[in-house]
Amino acid sequence: MKLPPLDYACPATIAEAVALLAAHNGEAKPIAGGQSLMPMLAFRVASPSLLVDLRKLPDLNRIAIGDDGVRLGPMVRWRDIEDDVRLRSAQPLLAAAIEHVAHYQIRNRGTVGGSLAHADPAAEMPGIALTCDAEISVMGSAGARVIRAQDFFLGPLTTALATDEIIAEVRLPAWPARRRWGFQEFSRRRGDFALAGVALFYDEDDDGKAVNAHAGAIGVDDRPVRLSAVEAVLNGHTVDTATIAAAAKAASGEVEPADDIHAPAAYRRALVGTLTERALKAASAT
Amino acid sequence: MSAQFTVNGKAVSVEVEPRMTLADCLRQKLRLTGTHLGCEHGVCGACTVIVNGDAVRSCLMLAVQAEGCEVVTVEGLSNDADLTPLQTAFRKHHALQCGYCTPGILTTAHALLSEEPYCDVERIREVLSGNLCRCTGYVSIIDAVLEAREAYQQAPSLPSPASGGG
Repeated sequence: MKLPPLDYACPATIAEAVALLAAHNGEAKPIAGGQSLMPMLAFRVASPSLLVDLRKLPDLNRIAIGDDGVRLGPMVRWRDIEDDVRLRSAQPLLAAAIEHVAHYQIRNRGTVGGSLAHADPAAEMPGIALTCDAEISVMGSAGARVIRAQDFFLGPLTTALATDEIIAEVRLPAWPARRRWGFQEFSRRRGDFALAGVALFYDEDDDGKAVNAHAGAIGVDDRPVRLSAVEAVLNGHTVDTATIAAAAKAASGEVEPADDIHAPAAYRRALVGTLTERALKAASAT
Repeated sequence: MSAQFTVNGKAVSVEVEPRMTLADCLRQKLRLTGTHLGCEHGVCGACTVIVNGDAVRSCLMLAVQAEGCEVVTVEGLSNDADLTPLQTAFRKHHALQCGYCTPGILTTAHALLSEEPYCDVERIREVLSGNLCRCTGYVSIIDAVLEAREAYQQAPSLPSPASGGG
């Protein structure tokens, strides 16, 4: 279907963009790469009266890597993450997860900020943000604030962003060089949304036992979820075959997927266990 | 609203509704009907064009967002003199049947080979997974793109838009 009638603005500053959003009382929508929003407009699931294009806002497409972690501008595209070889060591979990996002053409336009704000329950970027305890800086007419990823995703396509707020930056905490990690997802066709996906990492103490375990899943709930039972199984234990089996069982036990046209709940529960097992095998392999 | 950009090397100025996609603008305003529309929501890849060197789906971009951009459509990938390496390879390998998806596959393959002239068959398969073709079964398309690689390895910037399109 053709898009609904709408107005378009392309402001040059964040302040101008925020003012435009605020002036439209929730009827305006920011557009970054548009790779989720444009289909929603085509289906008329969304019909804002105004699109505020963020493409001219300065400095929002930067990838900065420092002692406090990786900072991604909201206009950083999947393509930019793929091309930035520094990220393969500075944030390997992100780099691995983003390999699974959509197709070649979409990756040339789809953005970090767009994916977070869209908040598809099966999308990789929200899952990585949640699993890594990301901090999402936003700008609105009330000023700037920082939202923790755990407080950001409220439901399907629903976030804590106010209608006049724009994501200004995402910070993923620093990544120790020896951290162990794994990312696994399953989709029926390459580039499709995942039926389920699992991201996880842990550090090792002097005895080789896992500490600081973080695990998250996508595609199994109305938003990305943390797998706290998996984290509990891992922390304080050597990640061996028995621990991996226990973690996989914990993962299947703690998620609460719904039946839908793509897969029954029982399938997704089993899948999350399998993906957890595979991710841990990859993480613990020497 | 008006938008100015270049298409196949030629400067254009179009008057469009803000809601008009780049794909519809190319077809309806500029009569470049080589760009095909399949799904109109970013799934099939038929409408792929090249914007500032990147293959993108023109149904997922507004015409007004192309302001200042360099757009290349399938018309811009041919010339009147002879067949380009991609065309030659597609002809030789029978890499199309109904032809509906072909413009999107050619633009995608051109962007890929321009950037990665040494890509392997796995990479070609991965990239073309974003283009739906219901006739060929893909094998002939992959073979054609593989064969066209050599020309891009020798002259990565070819072919020029030249006289293509209009």
